[in-house]
Amino acid sequence: MNDLLKAIEMPPNPNIPELRPGDTVNVFLRIMEGGRERIQEFRGTVIRLREGGNEASFTVRRIASNGIGVERTFLMRSPRIEKVVVERRARVRRAKLYFLRERTGKAARLKEKFE
Amino acid sequence: MLKGLIGKKIGMTQIFDERGAAVPVTLIEAGPCYVTQVRRPEKDGYSAVQLGFVEVNPKRLTSGEWGHLKAANLPPLRYLREFRVKSPDVAVGDKVTVEAFSVGERVDVVGTSKGKGFQGGVKRHHFAGGPKTHGQSDRWRAPGSNSSNTDPGRVYKGSRRAGHMGAQRVTVQNLKVVLVDPERNLIGVRGAVPGPKGGLILIKEARKQ
Repeated sequence: MNDLLKAIEMPPNPNIPELRPGDTVNVFLRIMEGGRERIQEFRGTVIRLREGGNEASFTVRRIASNGIGVERTFLMRSPRIEKVVVERRARVRRAKLYFLRERTGKAARLKEKFE
Repeated sequence: MLKGLIGKKIGMTQIFDERGAAVPVTLIEAGPCYVTQVRRPEKDGYSAVQLGFVEVNPKRLTSGEWGHLKAANLPPLRYLREFRVKSPDVAVGDKVTVEAFSVGERVDVVGTSKGKGFQGGVKRHHFAGGPKTHGQSDRWRAPGSNSSNTDPGRVYKGSRRAGHMGAQRVTVQNLKVVLVDPERNLIGVRGAVPGPKGGLILIKEARKQ
């Protein structure tokens, strides 16, 4: 990337720890609602990490009610993210966990990794 | 203060505004530009300011260009462009930097769009093309009918056809300035700007505010 483009990069959000694919995370998102601010949680599995300075992002997948999968992509440097808590790490062998989309229930489990 | 700058397109990225929303930004390395000549109605019939950008080896210039700059005690400059101003309040030799613009202001940005070569009507003029099915063949991207019948019996001049596309001077109006960095001579505008990375860009005060 061009040096001048790099120069206006935002500092990384200090409340986001280092994430890995397969992590079960809880994302606390600041939401403006009618002039009032509140915190919304989004809990799920990190299935994708993307690099790219200010455009870096990660995608979290969770199963909402009725077994419907919901994916949400967050920008790594977004000041709207209050914090991210890693609750569990899993042993995975690939960088993008798109195969989870075709799986439900027991088949969609990931083996936990203990450090 | 003169509102005009010559710059070089660096590329696009996104930054976050005070509300935390991601804003698309084009970065332009602009200035410092020198005022190389002031056009006055009495002498030139119109009023404008000529700016110069990028210091180069004088061998890169024609002797005419070099002489024009040397006469005004200026360094050798690669690009000279005029900006129409009603009443120029600057003198030859003045420097113009990104500080001429401030965050939140609206500007017009001029660039040369990327050349696309010879393109058909579908890409060049958004023609719909022909049907892809129902027994049609070879008509997917055809331009369709040219004109009418016996009356007028000819094709009007200037009707839209296939041809060369891009590599044209394009102005984008009313872009918001979202970033000014005098230290690095950087200016950031919201949205896209015509031309390739490294392309020459002119920034002016917005005409239609």
